[in-house]
Amino acid sequence: MNAPPADHGDPRVAFESAKLGLWTFLATEVLLFGALFTAYAVFRLKYPALFHSEHLKLNRVLGTLNTLVLITSSLAVALGVDAIRKGKARLLEKYYGVTVLLGAVFLCVKYIEWTEEFHHGLYPGTNIFFSLYFMLTGLHGIHVILGMGILTYVVVLSRRGRFSAGYHTPVEVSGLYWHFIDLVWIYLLPLLYLIG
Amino acid sequence: MAEESGSGRGYLAERGWRSWAFTMDHKRIGVMYLYTTIAFFFIGGIFALLLRLELLSPQAKYFSDHTYNVFFTLHGAMMIFLFIIPAIPSGLGNFFIPLHIGAKDVAFPRINLASYWVFVAGFLVVIASLVSPMDTGWTFYTPYSAKTGAAVATLSFGIFLIGMSSILTGLNFIVTIHKLRAPGMTWYRLPLFIWGMYSTSIIQVVATPVVGVTFLLLAMERLLGVAFFDPAKGGDPVLFQHFFWFYSHPVVYVMILPAMGIISEVIPVFSRKPIFGYKAIAYSSLAIAFIGFLVWGHHMFTSGMSPLANAIFSFLTFFVAVPTAVKVFNWIATLYKGSITFESPMLYALTFIFLFAVGGLTGPFLGALATNVQLHDTYFVVAHFHYTMMGGTVMGFFAGLHYWFPKMTGKMLNEKIARIAWALVFIGFNVTFFTMFIVGVKGMPRRYAEYLPKFHVENVISTIGSAILAVGIAVMFLNFLQGLRKGPPAPGNPWRALSLEWQTPSPPDTENFHENPVVTDWPYGYGKPKGPTA
Ligand code: HEM
Ligand SMILES: [Cu+2]
Repeated sequence: MNAPPADHGDPRVAFESAKLGLWTFLATEVLLFGALFTAYAVFRLKYPALFHSEHLKLNRVLGTLNTLVLITSSLAVALGVDAIRKGKARLLEKYYGVTVLLGAVFLCVKYIEWTEEFHHGLYPGTNIFFSLYFMLTGLHGIHVILGMGILTYVVVLSRRGRFSAGYHTPVEVSGLYWHFIDLVWIYLLPLLYLIG
Repeated sequence: MAEESGSGRGYLAERGWRSWAFTMDHKRIGVMYLYTTIAFFFIGGIFALLLRLELLSPQAKYFSDHTYNVFFTLHGAMMIFLFIIPAIPSGLGNFFIPLHIGAKDVAFPRINLASYWVFVAGFLVVIASLVSPMDTGWTFYTPYSAKTGAAVATLSFGIFLIGMSSILTGLNFIVTIHKLRAPGMTWYRLPLFIWGMYSTSIIQVVATPVVGVTFLLLAMERLLGVAFFDPAKGGDPVLFQHFFWFYSHPVVYVMILPAMGIISEVIPVFSRKPIFGYKAIAYSSLAIAFIGFLVWGHHMFTSGMSPLANAIFSFLTFFVAVPTAVKVFNWIATLYKGSITFESPMLYALTFIFLFAVGGLTGPFLGALATNVQLHDTYFVVAHFHYTMMGGTVMGFFAGLHYWFPKMTGKMLNEKIARIAWALVFIGFNVTFFTMFIVGVKGMPRRYAEYLPKFHVENVISTIGSAILAVGIAVMFLNFLQGLRKGPPAPGNPWRALSLEWQTPSPPDTENFHENPVVTDWPYGYGKPKGPTA
């Protein structure tokens, strides 16, 4: 059932592999969102007036609030990674816990926003702007959920005493992934909420 | 490392379904992929024979038009997404990449297993969509696909999953090739199969996410009414075509590059000469992968892009031919004055070169703007892509199966039957598809269950050819089965080849190598062991 360790049991090779693997994976994620950004560019050029009038219907206050929430969560992740580099597993768990919590706050705010929009009769099928809006924020939301799952798993592993200053590859890799999620949102905010 | 005799059962020793379903051994995962994809080759093949059956007579006789549409959609979609894209990379690639580079496994064995099961989940979803079968053709063009009653959303989701599996596999291979090469295995000592697989993996990783969202959007268009592709709501159907071909053109190279890699392995072994132009072949794989991303627009000449865009795409398309031609010339130069023997892998490799050349030389007729408009959507296109995809990739796949059969199974094949099967395949293939060029030039359109009586003779000939082809393939696989059950035990290195996988017992042990191999030369040093010169 078990394959032999492919890296010949060398932790350095394992770390390097994990890092290259994650960067490659992030490249695919960039392309995934890239297609939607392309669509955004195409349609914005085609219908500038529509994009202007529609983007005013979004709730900028909640959008900005959510940005602050995500940036803070990213900071917590960075502190968590720093903690484990110094061998402080308990601290790592705390910071990652905070991150997961902030992820949940983000989703709640998003939920309030979406409900508000549905309330005003704005649906994914309303027009091309809202198609883009719901697809982009929806896809991003799925990534937030995934990220929360991964970070939770890292916390569980840490509880079992798996990480130390010498070995913490999953912590680094999952942290990088969370930064990516944050980064995507930082592009989404001006694109959807701010540029008129 | 000394050659070892193949008495044991190696990685096959463990028995029971659990030892397969939960395995993290790249060899077993490769074998599972092979079984799965070959099953789809057969199912897709049955649809093909049904299509040919219907085309025996000019009037629609056995099926309604709708049924015919469903059949060619299923035939095309299954052959493409469930057979030809995964078969060589995920099947043979999984098995041989670690063996070729002297690693014990791929970089992420767990992800490898996950990607197999995601693939299975994907095809189960595809099969679930058969409740209301698709009739859009394998390209799913909007706006039709956004409207037709068929299970477009389900099928799109299935293909999304299959795409995910393909991304994970590609990622795994890239990391494996970068990080797990044995000591001494420099980039210029890699077997050319690895270069082909490396280029393929890059395409998989870069192109698949785009088609992933595209199918996601299509599914959302059906489920939530989002308006990306629906012109009535301000969407743009041509955007779908751009996204679709941004993936689907490069993916043609996902189909062909691994097969070219196999050919580059087989040719030097059976002509016992160092491969000619090693570096040129290696870099042309990368070049093909790169240029492949720039030419998708040649599928859309008739969809109303600007004339300038059309001209650019047309020009770039001719450009792809250059690295491809480089490969073909290098193979032929390798054959030149070699001591060639015609074992079955070699027969399929030579068939690959011949059929692929025919397919390739008819490509420019389609790539050129003027003739494309004339030949667009005729049987000329059908003949062209069967010559490249089936005459190319599938023949390369067969070459690989024959070449590596002893290594994978530890058994030898009956060579005589293998050659008979080859002859039937070769004849059947040409009779089936060459006639399609002829009716295509005469103007027979594709994707219709009915045709004008003046095309009757050619269609009868083509259907007879497809029957011969089917018999040939059946004989080939019966031979595989027979070899698997009763074949004599294979020695470690029956072809006296130099690459690493042959320096292990047949079948290899779970560990691949008992000690880490140390590589001191390139794998093509037949009589001239001094690394590539060009
Ligand atoms: C086994 C022998 C095969 C036969 C006899 C065969 C026959 C056919 C025929 C008659 C059509 C045209 C249907 C039409 O336009 O009305 C067709 C379409 C097609 N075939 Fe095959 N085929 C074979 C193998 C393959 C293989 C191995 C592949 C892929 C690797 C393949 C890929 C396709 C595709 C993509 C289409 C286009 C479907 C569409 O229009 O959406 N075929 N085939
Ligand atoms: Cu193309």
